[in-house]
Amino acid sequence: MTTPRMKDHVELRSGAYADSVTLLQVSRAVQAAPGVVTAQVAMATGLNLEVLAGMGFDVPDSSPNDMVVALRLDDDADVATALAAVDAALVPTRPTSGASAVAPPRTTASALRRSGAGAVVLVSVPGASATVEAMDAIEAGHDVMIFSDNVPVAEEVALKTYAAERGALVMGPDCGTAVIDGVGLGFANTVRPGRIALVAASGTGCQQLLALLHHAGDALAGQGRDGVGVRHALGVGGRDLSAAVGGLATREALRRLDTDPDVDLVVVVSKPPAPEVADALAREAEALDTPVELGLLGRGQRDLTAVAEAVLDRLGHTAPEWPVHGADNTGPATGPLLRGLFVGGTLCDESMLMATEALGPIRSNIPLSGDLALVPDELLVDDHTMVDFGDDALTQGRAHPMIDPTLRNDQLARAAADPATGVILLDLVLGHGAEPDPAALLAPAISAARKDRPIPVIVSLVGTDLDPQGLSAQREALVAAGAEVHLSNAAATRRALELIGAFQ
Amino acid sequence: MSEPTVVTVGAGMFADAVAGQAVDVERVDWRPPMPGTEADLAAVAVDPRRPGANRRAVEAVLGVTAHLVDVAPASEVLGLEPGQFLHAGPPIGWDRASGPLRGALMGGAALEGLVDDPEDAVALFESGSSVSLEPCHHRSAVGPMAGVVTPSMWMWVLEDRASGRRTYCSLNEGLGKVLRYGAYGPEVLTRLRWMGDVLGPLLQAATRSVVAESGPVDVTGILTQMLQMGDEAHNRNRAGTLMLLRDLAPAMVGSGADAGFDGKDVAESMRFIGGNDHFFLNLAMPACKLALDAGRDIPGSTMVVAMARNGTDFGIQVSGTGDEWFTGPAQVADGLFLGDYGPDDANADIGDSAITETAGIGGFAMATAPAIVRLVGGSVPDALATTRRMHEITLAENPRWSVPVLEFQGTPTGIDVTRVCRTGILPQINTGMAGRVAGVGQVGAGLVTPPAEIFPQALAALARAARQTSAGRSL
Repeated sequence: MTTPRMKDHVELRSGAYADSVTLLQVSRAVQAAPGVVTAQVAMATGLNLEVLAGMGFDVPDSSPNDMVVALRLDDDADVATALAAVDAALVPTRPTSGASAVAPPRTTASALRRSGAGAVVLVSVPGASATVEAMDAIEAGHDVMIFSDNVPVAEEVALKTYAAERGALVMGPDCGTAVIDGVGLGFANTVRPGRIALVAASGTGCQQLLALLHHAGDALAGQGRDGVGVRHALGVGGRDLSAAVGGLATREALRRLDTDPDVDLVVVVSKPPAPEVADALAREAEALDTPVELGLLGRGQRDLTAVAEAVLDRLGHTAPEWPVHGADNTGPATGPLLRGLFVGGTLCDESMLMATEALGPIRSNIPLSGDLALVPDELLVDDHTMVDFGDDALTQGRAHPMIDPTLRNDQLARAAADPATGVILLDLVLGHGAEPDPAALLAPAISAARKDRPIPVIVSLVGTDLDPQGLSAQREALVAAGAEVHLSNAAATRRALELIGAFQ
Repeated sequence: MSEPTVVTVGAGMFADAVAGQAVDVERVDWRPPMPGTEADLAAVAVDPRRPGANRRAVEAVLGVTAHLVDVAPASEVLGLEPGQFLHAGPPIGWDRASGPLRGALMGGAALEGLVDDPEDAVALFESGSSVSLEPCHHRSAVGPMAGVVTPSMWMWVLEDRASGRRTYCSLNEGLGKVLRYGAYGPEVLTRLRWMGDVLGPLLQAATRSVVAESGPVDVTGILTQMLQMGDEAHNRNRAGTLMLLRDLAPAMVGSGADAGFDGKDVAESMRFIGGNDHFFLNLAMPACKLALDAGRDIPGSTMVVAMARNGTDFGIQVSGTGDEWFTGPAQVADGLFLGDYGPDDANADIGDSAITETAGIGGFAMATAPAIVRLVGGSVPDALATTRRMHEITLAENPRWSVPVLEFQGTPTGIDVTRVCRTGILPQINTGMAGRVAGVGQVGAGLVTPPAEIFPQALAALARAARQTSAGRSL
């Protein structure tokens, strides 16, 4: 075995100093230079001299304040080049820019250490991780809105129980909408400010009331009267008034709004609640100083528009005419069956409750009773149907239909092709978080549906003229496509039911 | 209700929608947690004991002041008998022990006179009949690197005067070829004998004299000061060492003669201490352990109370799970090497010194000791970023231990198992590297992290306990 020929170069640099960490780095850099077999740049301390001796270097007499540069080079390597590498490595490097920027927080707890004391937390991570983030908020005493769905009910109860102890409000899980002091969270409409507060176990139900009260406020202001408006809309999640959750968040929201001097009236909106929870809620609402209007959907209960009218009445106002546009587009029903295709679950519920009274049982993927259930693969049957495209089973692996309308538009085409279809009832919801121009996607689908025969298409368009999409522009696009457009979902439903009822 | 600021975690479009309303938004950079931990994280999150338990654990840790009260042999203060050996890290036997731990045990056996030649100790430990191994942590002690403690070694004795609890650590031998790095040559044993004959008794006399005259030395207080002097108290202990010397030197001179030591012994001892930049590490470590032990055994708490390595396994203990160790393979540090040594020469991570990081200093206080980050070729901003990153996985800030360059923010204290699992951020540890082969000694220094899998293990145990408790409540 032949040993490659090598040469050593050792020099002392008196008065040169660098700390040992720097010198270890320098040594490593020089070791990587071309022609360098090994290198050690170190202060000549006893320990370092031992190391150098162990490496086979011959170091001249030195003091601990000398810097030793010891190089072992290939025989043909240039000493000056290697020394240049030493000098280059000894020059300190500095980052050029931006390196001191603070990284963003990785958890809600960390973010809350950096944010304002009154910060509200909006959680929209996958359901399996939502509870953990929400707990951070509650633990730090902050209110939290949980947009995420698929959170186990036991975790919801645990979150809300702990929040009640801490005086924090849990809006959700599966809470789509909240407005806090005029700031919209999730899917929320921009509305006139005022002295009404909503507590909503229903996202689109809340948005319907926001839109109706905003319109009424505008109309009143136009008559020179004090406008009505909404100060807060506190979502509580669709399950809050179920037997399992027992209204924990609704109770906290009411407690809080009751002490808000800027709130004159509280409205509670919910999908059909558990009867015993509704009874308890009614009793508790009675005991508050602030008047409470209960708008709990269910058989024999008022629709959302009637609730809005009752609110206005209670404040001493008369409800305006709810606007309808494009009524001229609508002719008689083209078949015996009603097809409701919704993005808003509560709007679907409301329409089903009304349609059941007029037409009898309605088949649905969110049926009023189990025997009426439709499965996702077969949403069109030979019966009246109403489908909620925002239901969990239809949003698995895809965005909410307020963001991605593909699934509903496909179903709209299928319904139009069915000769039994007599009237199509749709909703469209505007506001923050929704698609920037939803009518641009829905209008062509409506035109296509009416191409072969003039099927009446009745749309409840939920929004305000302050919403980013602009209510009137959206409405005009739908009317131009042949739809009849209502602001009130109840009015739209009633119109559809009249048309079906009149079909021979 | 006042004008809110909003914190968003999840879909960016909701943050954009809020920002579009001219409201301040703080966006969480959320990423999925460590694989398979979602259900356990949720179970622990809703454990009603957790918030209060963690608050109590943090308060207990922050409430401890460590005082140096004595120096004495391990046989006296730990009741260590001939043949009993303490070591760093979680429990391990000779069969799985790494090179440096074996080397230190062999040297320790020779120091105690169990064998004449350290090499003969191999047979002794293989037979296992007259020797036993036990973690330092099981005896209220901590040991750097191999952490081997034998009955004749002199120990620092630290006390929490409020509770009377005590912790212990050996005297630091210096750098290079030393027992704790697994070296056991004649010079190692000679130094240890001198430490036993001169340094230990002299420090005992000096410490007792200081305690009698002006009260015990406030080690926590020295840590407070050294953290503002460029030390992070794990890989850099220069200021701490000199402050300790300042506190003990007059008494070493004054009481040395009474204890039978001449001026030459005193001078030699002072030179030894002053010449060993790591001398204070062996006080920093038991001070950290004393604080963290106060946070042990609080049901429902997810706070880590010990991180320790034996050269083979990296183990953690957690407040809410008692004395159980959660272990995984120790990693090799990323860093710089002495002389010709390279990564192949380095042993896996070893030592109880990660107790400093567990208490919020060492790698966690990197921002206050920027020189340390250069061990891996980093820069000063890296040091700041490291400390800030550790705040993401800790429960609190230590108001006593503050970092000037971060506007005197307290050091990140109380590693939370759940936050490690949520963020995937692993504790950053500054460490020395021992040679892989017994007898080699130190080969370098660098940065290392624990094996990630031990945190989901600990989380699973916490989740089991949480579910059992909740089942018990609903009965």
